[in-house]
Amino acid sequence: MSSVQIRDVRKSFGNFEVLHGVTIPIEDGQFVVLVGPSGCGKSTLLRMLAGLENITSGTISIGDRVVNNVQPKERDIAMVFQNYALYPHMTVADNMGFSLKLRNASSDEINKRVKRAAEILALSPLLDRYPRQLSGGQRQRVAMGRAIVRDPQVFLFDEPLSNLDAKLRVAMRTEIKELHQRLKTTTVYVTHDQIEAMTMADKIVVMHDGIVEQMGTPLELYDKPDNQFVAGFIGSPAMNFLKGHVRLNGVATFEGPNGVKLPLKSAPAGSDGRPAVYGVRPEHFTIADDGAEAEIIVVEPTGSETQVFAKVGGEQVVAVFRERHQFNPGDKVRLKPDPSLVHLFDDATGKRMNA
Amino acid sequence: MADVAIPRAKPQMSEDSAWTQLKHNRNWLGFWFMVPAMAFLIFFLAYPLGLGIWLSFTDTRIGRVGHFIATENYEWLWDDSIFWLSVFNTLLYTFVASALKFAIGLYLALLLNENMPFKAMLRAMVLIPFIVPTVLSALAFWWIFDSQFSIISWSLKHLGLINQNINFLGDTTWARICVIFANIWRGVPFVAITLLAGLQTVSPSLYEAATLDGATRWQNFRYITYPLLTPIIAVVMTFSVLFTFTDFQLIWAMTRGGPVNATHLMATLSYQRAIIAGQLGEGAAISSAMIPFLLAAIMVSWFGLQRRKWQQGESND
Repeated sequence: MSSVQIRDVRKSFGNFEVLHGVTIPIEDGQFVVLVGPSGCGKSTLLRMLAGLENITSGTISIGDRVVNNVQPKERDIAMVFQNYALYPHMTVADNMGFSLKLRNASSDEINKRVKRAAEILALSPLLDRYPRQLSGGQRQRVAMGRAIVRDPQVFLFDEPLSNLDAKLRVAMRTEIKELHQRLKTTTVYVTHDQIEAMTMADKIVVMHDGIVEQMGTPLELYDKPDNQFVAGFIGSPAMNFLKGHVRLNGVATFEGPNGVKLPLKSAPAGSDGRPAVYGVRPEHFTIADDGAEAEIIVVEPTGSETQVFAKVGGEQVVAVFRERHQFNPGDKVRLKPDPSLVHLFDDATGKRMNA
Repeated sequence: MADVAIPRAKPQMSEDSAWTQLKHNRNWLGFWFMVPAMAFLIFFLAYPLGLGIWLSFTDTRIGRVGHFIATENYEWLWDDSIFWLSVFNTLLYTFVASALKFAIGLYLALLLNENMPFKAMLRAMVLIPFIVPTVLSALAFWWIFDSQFSIISWSLKHLGLINQNINFLGDTTWARICVIFANIWRGVPFVAITLLAGLQTVSPSLYEAATLDGATRWQNFRYITYPLLTPIIAVVMTFSVLFTFTDFQLIWAMTRGGPVNATHLMATLSYQRAIIAGQLGEGAAISSAMIPFLLAAIMVSWFGLQRRKWQQGESND
């Protein structure tokens, strides 16, 4: 186990820079999730950490050692690939023991460690099978077993769940988290799925276009996104954004599209009339007499909650209610955002304006 | 609507002629589709093969109908030292040429699989020996190895390494080396391109995983590339061995089996005895004598090609 320091790392392919100076401190034993849309550079960063890509500038250190010029096999890391990269011609046991075999470990030692990893992952009855004979979830576990057997300083996961079906993904998510709680090995996990990030991470790093947008615990990112990108990326269904202006005559309010008045708890001094974006999560709407007028378009009940698509000031918003309202398309209701949970972003820079 | 349609459909069914049924029966239909291929194989493969084997048991000569003489041709060949020399030559030629074609082909395939500039052009260039007609390349080699005008002798003389021309195709050892060299030159592209196709099916992430597991380049080859390539190697080497064993054009154009029968292969000897000398029965016997060797080669690849356990699906729980 080790800490990992990524300092001002840049990566260029030819003249094209894909990472523009990324700094991420990772503490010993932490579960860090790099999340972002495709093309944001998260996988490239992970591959640089693994040693599969060169570092154009900046440093990456594992423990106290700068590993920029250290061969992958000497970095003492294990990686789980998106397609698992299991050796098709080796049994499960051979797949898991391969790295030990290359290190000339004794066969007793290999057997012992493979057996232990197989027990942790419930793979013991499958040790003599070939990857082709396994289901997707089992292959995923073998790939993790291959990493566990080595007992490395750092685990790297590159979108490990994206080849699984939805149900299995949820189950494996829990399994990976449980495994981390048990082994406490420093883990860097790449995904484009914000739910995976929210549920598994000790610390989430949101990346976008080769920079870090925000770092923090899942709830920090959810409660206080630094900018409009993070606000829109974290949370499902995504946060509603309404463009308009801040009004500060006596009490702070927000004038949304077509003059809709929306409540604000506070706004920074001197921001009267500033163009801004009003962000409110779907779960932070209530039905109240002093709410903004809205026309219901579509109602989607999921059982545990109901998603309601409605028009506020001509703009579509989505609201989620856990209680069961009787709504029909075309109904007029009054939606009220909870002012203490509203986010305000600068329209030009996308930066957070309210505290 | 359904009530009306059903009674109407019934009488129609019974009216179907045997011919219509024949047309609609899936098994018959499958048979008809196989007929053209079957006819082709019977007339151009099975019939000549059967005829060749039959001829080998007769004393047929060109222009004269033969009589059945049982195994007399084979008994005659058994005591023929030239026949045994041609068997030895064929085995030597096949073994040395195939082994080297495999080694060079694999090396080239591994090189071409790397990322490098002009990759597509280099791959195309490797195919050149394969697309030149055999006889033309044999003629070119014939000049390259000519006793008087050989470019190799000329170059070596100008470099001061030798004083006299090397008698490439006149010396028994040199002649064997030369024809084997020519065969390798021609056969390498097939092996290289086929193995390259096999290499490209290996997922790059396997190499990345192995590298992270601590494998060196050699270990990557030994534990990942080679085992995953074995099925393709079995196919390509079977073909290579069969083609080399039955080679005729290259030898005939370069040496006609000489000097002193040193490069006579079974195929060239058969041609010489059957067509040039007119002893069709004896020539057919030499050709037929190749069958056991070819069958042996096929058996080896048959077992080599048996699907390995890791290639099978979920069936063997």
